[in-house]
Amino acid sequence: MTTILGVPLVALFGQLLLGLINGAFYALLSLGLAVIFGLLRIINFAHGAQYMLGAFGALLFLQYLNIDYWVALALVPLTVGAIGILIERFLLRRIAHLDHLYGLLLTFGLAMIIEGSFVNFFGVSGANYPIPEALQGGFKLDFMFLPTYRAWVLVAGLGMCLFTWFMIEKTRLGAYLRAGTEKPQLMQAFGVNMPLLTTLTYGFGVALAGFAGVLAAPIYSVSPAMGSNLLIVVFAVVVIGGMGSIMGAILTGLAMGVIEGLTKVFWPESASTVIFFVMVLVLLVRPNGLFGKEV
Amino acid sequence: MNAKTLSLSLTEQREARQRRRTGYMYLALIAIGLAAPWFAYPVFLMKLLCFGLFACSFNLLLGYTGLLSFGHAAFLAMGGYCTGYLMSEHSGIGPELAILAGTLAAAAVGAVFGAIAIRRQGIYFAMITLALSQMLYFLFLKSPFTGGEDGLHGISRGKLLGMIDLSDNLAMYYFVLAITVAGFALVLRVVHSPFGQILKAIRENEPRATSLGYDVNRYKWLAFVISSAIAGLAGSTKAVVFQLATLTDAHWHMSGEVVLMTLLGGVGTLLGPFVGAGIVVSLQHLLSQSPLGTWGGPILGLIFVICVLCFRSGVVGWLKVLVSRNFR
Repeated sequence: MTTILGVPLVALFGQLLLGLINGAFYALLSLGLAVIFGLLRIINFAHGAQYMLGAFGALLFLQYLNIDYWVALALVPLTVGAIGILIERFLLRRIAHLDHLYGLLLTFGLAMIIEGSFVNFFGVSGANYPIPEALQGGFKLDFMFLPTYRAWVLVAGLGMCLFTWFMIEKTRLGAYLRAGTEKPQLMQAFGVNMPLLTTLTYGFGVALAGFAGVLAAPIYSVSPAMGSNLLIVVFAVVVIGGMGSIMGAILTGLAMGVIEGLTKVFWPESASTVIFFVMVLVLLVRPNGLFGKEV
Repeated sequence: MNAKTLSLSLTEQREARQRRRTGYMYLALIAIGLAAPWFAYPVFLMKLLCFGLFACSFNLLLGYTGLLSFGHAAFLAMGGYCTGYLMSEHSGIGPELAILAGTLAAAAVGAVFGAIAIRRQGIYFAMITLALSQMLYFLFLKSPFTGGEDGLHGISRGKLLGMIDLSDNLAMYYFVLAITVAGFALVLRVVHSPFGQILKAIRENEPRATSLGYDVNRYKWLAFVISSAIAGLAGSTKAVVFQLATLTDAHWHMSGEVVLMTLLGGVGTLLGPFVGAGIVVSLQHLLSQSPLGTWGGPILGLIFVICVLCFRSGVVGWLKVLVSRNFR
């Protein structure tokens, strides 16, 4: 059996794949955080809870309405995004004129409400979501076994990231959004409906979290705490990458996933903390983050 | 009336009156603190005091320096684990030394975390402190000193200075009260010192403080260290009182709870954190006795949202406005 540094190649590639998949989730979530931060200037602490809502949404749609995975993949993000729009319209907008730390606190409270309610309704342990039939099985490659669903998550996650990048960097709507990030008052003066754009942006960021949740449902066990634990790692990823660049957020997310995967192979004990160490290193060397512009 | 009083301006007279009033209030509070164990269960009161001191340390950062630390649980837990470990492994060490060691350990962690976190501002500062405290949480989970997921149990309370047996709840209560008053006095001293004035200046306008020649980062760092030391003092004391140190204290829920306590009591008011801690601890106690026991998290979250939306001055801030309107 081929080995590298005493580690079997199969294990190495297996962890690399897992790392890439985790990285895709980091990228999707940090992307949503960055998009929301751009216009609203708040850190959406409810992002993890909204990701969890996505996974639970898929599960509940299947159990109670018999809606299958593919429909859920479109319907759940829309539903979660709609919830986000309500949150922005009726709660976040009221405190938009205050210090942006209040936005963080408000969304933290929301996360506590959502997560705690789900613990009460569904218990702590959670449930499993079956892998859709079309994506069962896998490919036998020379060096490893590649489960189809995991390949699909990678493709779909990265596809969504690139779609978002395209929307923001290459379309007219994205240009409005970028301009609004720089000078919201000026945009308003030009006749762009900034409150509406802000609401839709928050809804879109939240929908991204919901989409990530549906993708995650068949891989990870669907449980109320699945989002908050992930979110803190994503915060570290956001600090590493900086929120100034969309592509930066995607690349940092993937890279951190891979680094975490490799650490699992070579030094398993520190796999859960390695991203935080990278964050500390980056803060010492480049305090504004790898792709950060703002001070 | 002598000449000196006559020469005082009206504002000075008002200030003197206010200072006197504040002095009476603190005396009254200490009297209430001394009498309280005859009216309420001492263990509950001790819990309240520990969390009050913890929230007070957090408020020194948020209320007086304008830094939102979202990882303050790390210092509470660091103090608790250090004290708990020393007291269960080395029976020769008394509670006073163990608590001192816990406080210093938390201050040391605070010195490192602070040096890293002050490199960014605002929202990033909050995220960095949260991430660092989560890192510490994982280290506690894996480390051999902390008992992993079980935590440290059955820590003996020991004898204070080798003489006073703290297993008696009343003796323990007065010890905790003394620690809390000392911790609060330190915060009071810091807030009213020239150093505290500079912290407030940083809170109000950081670039201006820099342009006046202050090394802003050094002041922020020192405030962070003092705050983490007091949080560690609270955690160490709590570990002795309850005779345990667990991962609950290190979890980010705890970091959120201390934010809520401070917000609810009144950010940037001296007594607010104690009032907020009192409300939250009492509420948790009441909920745990009621059929709504498992709904504690969502209810706290709801209070959080309501506080942010329409009660940002907190209980003490609201009372202050009420008093200043009616008594001048």
